[in-house]
Amino acid sequence: MNESKTSLAVAALRGGTVIDHIPSDALFRVAHILGIENMPNAVTIGNNLPSARGDKKGIIKVDGIEFDRPTLNRIAVIAPKATVNIIRDYEVVSKHTVELPSTLMGIVRCPNPKCITNNEPMATRFDVSDPDTPTLRCHYCNHTVAGADAEII
Amino acid sequence: MNSHSLVAIDDLSRNDILDLLDRARYFEQNPNSRLLDGRVVATLFFEPSTRTRLSFETAVNRLGGRVIGFSDASTSSTSKGETLKDTIKMVSNYADLIVMRHHLEGAAQYATEVTGIPIVNAGDGANQHPSQTLLDLYSILKTQGRLDGLTITMVGDLKYGRTVHSLLMALRFFSPKFNFVSSHELRMPRQYVELCDKLGIEYHEYTDFLPQVIDQSDIIYMTRVQRERFSDIMEYERVKNLYTLRRSMLANAKPSMKILHPLPRVNEIAQDVDDDPRAYYFEQAGNGLFARQAIITNALGIDPLSNERK
Repeated sequence: MNESKTSLAVAALRGGTVIDHIPSDALFRVAHILGIENMPNAVTIGNNLPSARGDKKGIIKVDGIEFDRPTLNRIAVIAPKATVNIIRDYEVVSKHTVELPSTLMGIVRCPNPKCITNNEPMATRFDVSDPDTPTLRCHYCNHTVAGADAEII
Repeated sequence: MNSHSLVAIDDLSRNDILDLLDRARYFEQNPNSRLLDGRVVATLFFEPSTRTRLSFETAVNRLGGRVIGFSDASTSSTSKGETLKDTIKMVSNYADLIVMRHHLEGAAQYATEVTGIPIVNAGDGANQHPSQTLLDLYSILKTQGRLDGLTITMVGDLKYGRTVHSLLMALRFFSPKFNFVSSHELRMPRQYVELCDKLGIEYHEYTDFLPQVIDQSDIIYMTRVQRERFSDIMEYERVKNLYTLRRSMLANAKPSMKILHPLPRVNEIAQDVDDDPRAYYFEQAGNGLFARQAIITNALGIDPLSNERK
């Protein structure tokens, strides 16, 4: 029953992007990274939904937009297991998981207040290690932060 | 990053380090030259550091170059709100090389990304200070005759001390054996211990400064234990005198052993050690001149040893 409801919800989108398996506590940060707050498109957000793995998940559906891969990969820092469905004419035409880039430019704020990136008008840059439980190292000051704890700009 | 900049010691290979040390040895024998004739070096000290600045400026002067710059950000347009980027770009119009010290971490790395002229990092906050590490290495090489296979004992604040971290990273190429002597609260961060494990480097951790550790050491690298590093002030009071080196503790130390310290020292080395021939911390600071002459010529692509290498 639950299965068909979820399927219905996805299929209800005529065309656009469905991002599923977002950790519940990361959902609104993911929406922020994708710039959904300021979009005129129809958006459906669900949160604290039961997932097959027994924990809670969030889902975002955006009508009329197919996000490109580099944009979607930006959310991988806080939602490394998110899946992306691209929908056209009610059909899922592609399904993939997000991929964490090896370098993150201008996405995450450095947690070190004495880092140059927090004191100059410049983009941050982090090198990513261990894609499963990502650790980010600041390219400038060498401080590290766990991906799940990263503050998104 | 432009290839001749020096931001962090970790960026150097074993061969890079050996080449810089060859240069330092050359400059100790030939401190005065005209190698930098017609060159202008900017020393931009956004944070005051008189010793480091004088050492770099002496290095340039003894090589026949000229120096421009400032010793305090309050005398530069930084105090008017100019960004680091703009200051670096402006100075790049005038100088062939920038030596910079900044209180913000990562400042030197960022500087390399906004200019085409080489940058030498003379300290960026608690992050990197590669010329200190190079002078430490040169002091070790000069007093021991080699870098390979030495027993290095690091004492004091191993958690926050950037000098011991950078020295460990540089020595990883030279099959060292390490003794880490500190209180539990200030022990060597796990990332460095794990690196030793990964590279098969032998190390031992001690909370007591034991005679047998001193006696087997080729180098004892002392660091300052600062009160403000402790979350528990009782712990500080308990350990503050445990890591003080006294002359009586050197009775059975190797005659060739040398005691290093990045300075300034407070009470972690007793005054009576100064007269022991194994005390080397003042000469160590003096080696900074040759290490910095090596770094400056390398950054400018000048090879003082070209005739000897032919």
